[in-house]
Amino acid sequence: MIDLNEGKAAFLNDFERQEAFLSRFGSKGLHDLRRSALSRFEELGFPSPSEEEWRFTPLGPLTKIPFQLSPNGISQRESEVAERLQPMGIAPPDAVLLLNGRCARPLNSAGLPENACVQPLLLALSEKQEFVERHLGRYASFETHPFTALNTAFIGDGAFVYIPKNTTVTKPIFLVYWSQSSGEPTVTHPRTLIVAEESSQATIVEVFLGRPNDVYLTNAVAEVVCGPNASIDYYKIQDESKEAFHVHTLQVQQSRDSTFSSHAFAFGSVLARNEINSVLDDEGCSCTLNGLYFASGHQLIDNHTRIEHARPHCSSHELYKGILDGHGHGVFNGRIHVHPNAQKTDAKQTNMTLLLSDDAVIHSQPQLEIFADDVKCTHGATIGQLDADALFYLRTRGIGKEEARSLLTYAFANDIIQRVRVDLVRRQLEALFLHRHQPTGGRTT
Amino acid sequence: MLTIFNLHAKVEDKPILNGVSLKVKAGEVHAIMGPNGSGKSTLAGVLAGRDIYEVTEGDVLYNGKNLLEMEPEERAREGVFLAFQYPVEIPGVSNTYFLKAALNAIRKHRGEPELDAMEFLELVREKMKLLRMDEELLKRPVNEGFSGGEKKRNEIFQMAVLEPKLAILDETDSGLDIDALKIVADGVNSLRDPNRAMLVITHYQRLLNFIVPDKVHVLAGGRIVKSGGKELALKLEKEGYGWIENGHQ
Repeated sequence: MIDLNEGKAAFLNDFERQEAFLSRFGSKGLHDLRRSALSRFEELGFPSPSEEEWRFTPLGPLTKIPFQLSPNGISQRESEVAERLQPMGIAPPDAVLLLNGRCARPLNSAGLPENACVQPLLLALSEKQEFVERHLGRYASFETHPFTALNTAFIGDGAFVYIPKNTTVTKPIFLVYWSQSSGEPTVTHPRTLIVAEESSQATIVEVFLGRPNDVYLTNAVAEVVCGPNASIDYYKIQDESKEAFHVHTLQVQQSRDSTFSSHAFAFGSVLARNEINSVLDDEGCSCTLNGLYFASGHQLIDNHTRIEHARPHCSSHELYKGILDGHGHGVFNGRIHVHPNAQKTDAKQTNMTLLLSDDAVIHSQPQLEIFADDVKCTHGATIGQLDADALFYLRTRGIGKEEARSLLTYAFANDIIQRVRVDLVRRQLEALFLHRHQPTGGRTT
Repeated sequence: MLTIFNLHAKVEDKPILNGVSLKVKAGEVHAIMGPNGSGKSTLAGVLAGRDIYEVTEGDVLYNGKNLLEMEPEERAREGVFLAFQYPVEIPGVSNTYFLKAALNAIRKHRGEPELDAMEFLELVREKMKLLRMDEELLKRPVNEGFSGGEKKRNEIFQMAVLEPKLAILDETDSGLDIDALKIVADGVNSLRDPNRAMLVITHYQRLLNFIVPDKVHVLAGGRIVKSGGKELALKLEKEGYGWIENGHQ
């Protein structure tokens, strides 16, 4: 039996060492929040597999590793990061770049509309403390979530995005989190806050990367506030080191007639837990959650989504696709909760999984909880393998077996990729699927 | 070019081919006719390398090489092409991408340089005219949402692009109306070449009015029971398969 609380102490010690530094940012109120989040984490400890929400995602290995907060700032050759970003059309000056959780470079804000703001969270906490604190930590609850509690305890650096009323930001906003370990496993708790005011519009791309094969933990939380009639197109690309652990919670709060769409791509890390909680808190909201993940080797990728239909006349569309190869392990848990007064809800959820090997495993759990009577809610889950007829067809045209498998895998993923509206990101994803993620399973043809 | 000798094949322990022998020379068009269940499609599948069929006896030599030992993609790269009776839909892969990957795999095997996007487009535009195909079909996913006629045309279009040495047309006429049939047959005829052999598998004689074969073989009970010239097809059309089956089983 693994003692899940063994690893807790390292984080508590981290906090002790960091507290004086963190307390310099934000009000006393914010620091009280940090402290209460820390005690909540202490109480909760790491979740064990006996907890329903973590049944298929054992955290034993994660809690065994003595992760250390990275010293403030690392001397990192930016070229290594730039090289990874280049195919996506991101140049470091155009992104908020965090290295091991500390902002290395604020974004070059030329090209942003007046009054719009994209900056490191530490800076925003100094410059716009009152405004930032009106939202920061208000949405992502840590009562039942130890990782969110931990992140909240360490609220420090991260990214802050503010789009004022009636403002459209046409260029995608890139937020890049890079991790590496210099021998010792490191941990970061980056925090993102995105506030889109009434009738504003923006595209935000969060990218999580790390030095290949380094061991580290990314424990990130992002809060998104969509004002009335605001429209946010959110992308997340997680291509962490294959030895890394990645825990991410995206908490979305939607106001009347707002539109939020998320496209989450996960390829990296040995263990990833992605949570998206969206609260449709007024009439006329629309929420789209699309996801694509690829787990091979001994990777485990867990996606938990929660859509709270709290008000009438809202719609949500969710499509998650998983590709599992080798001993890859996937978890999909999608809950749609329709509150008693949320009449005329239109919710659709689909989860599709492609198994490329005999040893790959998927746990798919759609959960519809409907307490209103005049709603349209559907869900469906499919699990399949590559189509033998299609594989043969491609091969009779001269396409080699491995390339044919890769092409059909790409075909499975393609409709999610084609929904990406940021051209260079979409092209990069196409290239990733066609050339890099060559399936290795082999035995199920 | 192709020599089939005493070929036996089964699917899940059920014997389908029971000793097929056949010789096809370069430049020739052979028709293989036969009633349902006679093994026509199995023969096509075995030649293309479909793994649901198990060859239990016999040999197939293709240009001096043992065809049965090759993977399906090797056969294709060596110039074997199967036009499917039921072309497979592949959502998510565009016709262009698919065909370019196929053509370049074959060109690479032949030691020819791969075509870039522009060169490829030029080539396919020319070939599309042959089949009177709409360029829009190139952008669509492979066979997805194509009508029956469009699928069959797409098969012959692929053949035109890939320029095989041995083309096997499996029931290319089934499900086609007369106009579509003519277009497909015109396409096939324009690909007749002294260096290319064709095996045309069909249930009906109708196709052979348009693609006139050099030889006609009748397959029944997994064996070729009769061979002849193109007039044999006419006799079958008139008298049905009954006289052959009764005489040989």
